[in-house]
Amino acid sequence: MNETVREVLRRIGLATFVSAVLGFFSLPLLWLAFAPFDADPGISASLPEFTLHNFQLLMDNPYALASLRNSVLLAVGTAALVVTAAALAAYALSRVRVPGRDALLYVLLLLSSIITGTAAMVPIFLLAFNLHLVDSRLGVILVLTGGLLPAAIFLLKDFTDATPTSYEEAARVFGASPLQILRHVVVPVIRPGLATVTVWTVAQVWGDFLMPFLLLRDPDKAPASVIMYTFYTEGGQPDLPLISTFSLLYSLPVVLMYLFVSRRYGFRFHGGIKR
Amino acid sequence: MADITIRGLTKVYPGGVRALDALDLDVAEGEFFALLGPSGCGKTTLLRTIAGLETATDGTIRLAGSDVTRLPPGRRDVGMVFQDYALFPHINVLDNIAYPLRVKRAARADRYRRAKDAAGLLGLLGLDGRRPAELSGGQQQRVALARALVAEPRIFLLDEPLSNLDARLRLEARTQLKRLQLHLGVTTVFVTHDQAEALALADRIAVMEAGRIRQLGTPVEVFRRPANLFVAAFIGSTPMNLLPGTVRDASVTVAGARLPVPDDVRGEIPDGTDVVCGVRPEYLDFSEVPADPAGGAFGGTVSVIEHLGGSSLVTLDGEGGPVRVVVAEGSEPEPGTEGWAVPRPGRVLLYRDGELVTAAAPAMAPTIKDGGQG
Repeated sequence: MNETVREVLRRIGLATFVSAVLGFFSLPLLWLAFAPFDADPGISASLPEFTLHNFQLLMDNPYALASLRNSVLLAVGTAALVVTAAALAAYALSRVRVPGRDALLYVLLLLSSIITGTAAMVPIFLLAFNLHLVDSRLGVILVLTGGLLPAAIFLLKDFTDATPTSYEEAARVFGASPLQILRHVVVPVIRPGLATVTVWTVAQVWGDFLMPFLLLRDPDKAPASVIMYTFYTEGGQPDLPLISTFSLLYSLPVVLMYLFVSRRYGFRFHGGIKR
Repeated sequence: MADITIRGLTKVYPGGVRALDALDLDVAEGEFFALLGPSGCGKTTLLRTIAGLETATDGTIRLAGSDVTRLPPGRRDVGMVFQDYALFPHINVLDNIAYPLRVKRAARADRYRRAKDAAGLLGLLGLDGRRPAELSGGQQQRVALARALVAEPRIFLLDEPLSNLDARLRLEARTQLKRLQLHLGVTTVFVTHDQAEALALADRIAVMEAGRIRQLGTPVEVFRRPANLFVAAFIGSTPMNLLPGTVRDASVTVAGARLPVPDDVRGEIPDGTDVVCGVRPEYLDFSEVPADPAGGAFGGTVSVIEHLGGSSLVTLDGEGGPVRVVVAEGSEPEPGTEGWAVPRPGRVLLYRDGELVTAAAPAMAPTIKDGGQG
């Protein structure tokens, strides 16, 4: 009897705990889902007084949609650079023996968090200024690439390390050139890794505030993360109709990209190597 | 004309490991050649150096008369099967088989036709559209073979082609491999650590140890007359009896028995020389009747009987250590009884300083040994 009571109490306790945690994480999401459609959005999640007027407000804002386009430009540019450079570097690092290779990688990884962080804000700005890269999207892309590259190399090197060299040796014996080996064998085999790094890079750039805020002067070039920061009413209060609607539009592309990539590339090939 | 000619081939890995040591080797056209040895003996390095996947530190490799020592693998006209098969996981069976032709820029129709021919030759029809992961181990091995032969290479290199198959399938694949090689008549070098596989498949075997060839010969030669104690101990599924003894008055005192020195080497060995007497368990006859030790028989107590299927391996504990004899099915003795092992005429080999004593001058370089009396 005592056993049963204890079991019931244990289950009740567990359910309460899980509900609390679930509530903690789902309330902001509920707000994100409801507030944009509410005629008078507050900071609490409540069933909306349904309207699409907030979206009309957003369309009228001169910077909102352009900033999303800017975000896409920055994210795509950075992802292209990061994935290409990281794939080549990871492949080389995993196949060629360089003395101190692992130490180099760890040091880069450690320093990379500084590059895009607040600590290096001033030197980065001065560097960009002297290179005439202030207020240029290219400047932001280059700085972000530099910051993300070490972690991307690290991630991809894991994939290339896990790829047996005999795939490449087989291609070599049959006469494939290094570029053919890369195109026919290595890239397809590590494609899940490339997809992972692409998604990760896009998400990082999409959410990054500091670098574009620091390096871009012209609000026409500012990405969504920076523009959202400007949505205040004349009274200095957050413009909640605008912010909530914009937040929804801002978060959708990343979710969609994740779903697409996970469906398209989220599988791994197995077999062909007898273990 | 020799198809593969290797002279003074040396491979030293960074870090100083000498995997191949001034190795000479000739493989004839159309020959099925085995590189056999324990792991770390350099056999795989030798195969990979022939393929061009490792660069030689010193020496030359000639394939079909032309020096390929410095050529990249793709220009050596070799086909290779890897131990792990290395089938490309993201393309189907037919595309895998056709890959060498794709690299050689054969027309699409032509390359699929030839890939289908190769698939048919290896009994892979109907599996065209599958991915490697959807094939059994035996099918993967055959796809790897088909891919290696589709471009009709001059040399066929196989790295432990059967080692990843389970025991039963291995025998089947072995027969199929031999049939295929006979059918194609292409010069084939294969690496194995399994002496039974080498004996069964090869026209000739090179037994390797520490980057050198310790014996080169046909399976029969290597089995009947191992050129040195290393080969003697390595070859044979039941290990050879190797017993220390001393030569005196044209006979060998060994393990309490006196064996006559074999006719062909009588007079070659001075009295008092320490030798090792080698005789295979298959070449000993078991007798329960007391045999005269002076007439050449090893006496002892039957201690262990191991069933091998059609025969049994009987261990006799004698005064010179254990002696193993193969006994036909049905005539096994009881453990604990006394027995004698009588060598068959001409089957006793004598080794001096680790090398086989032969009729000619003591063999210095086993690689230039000819057929002998095998």
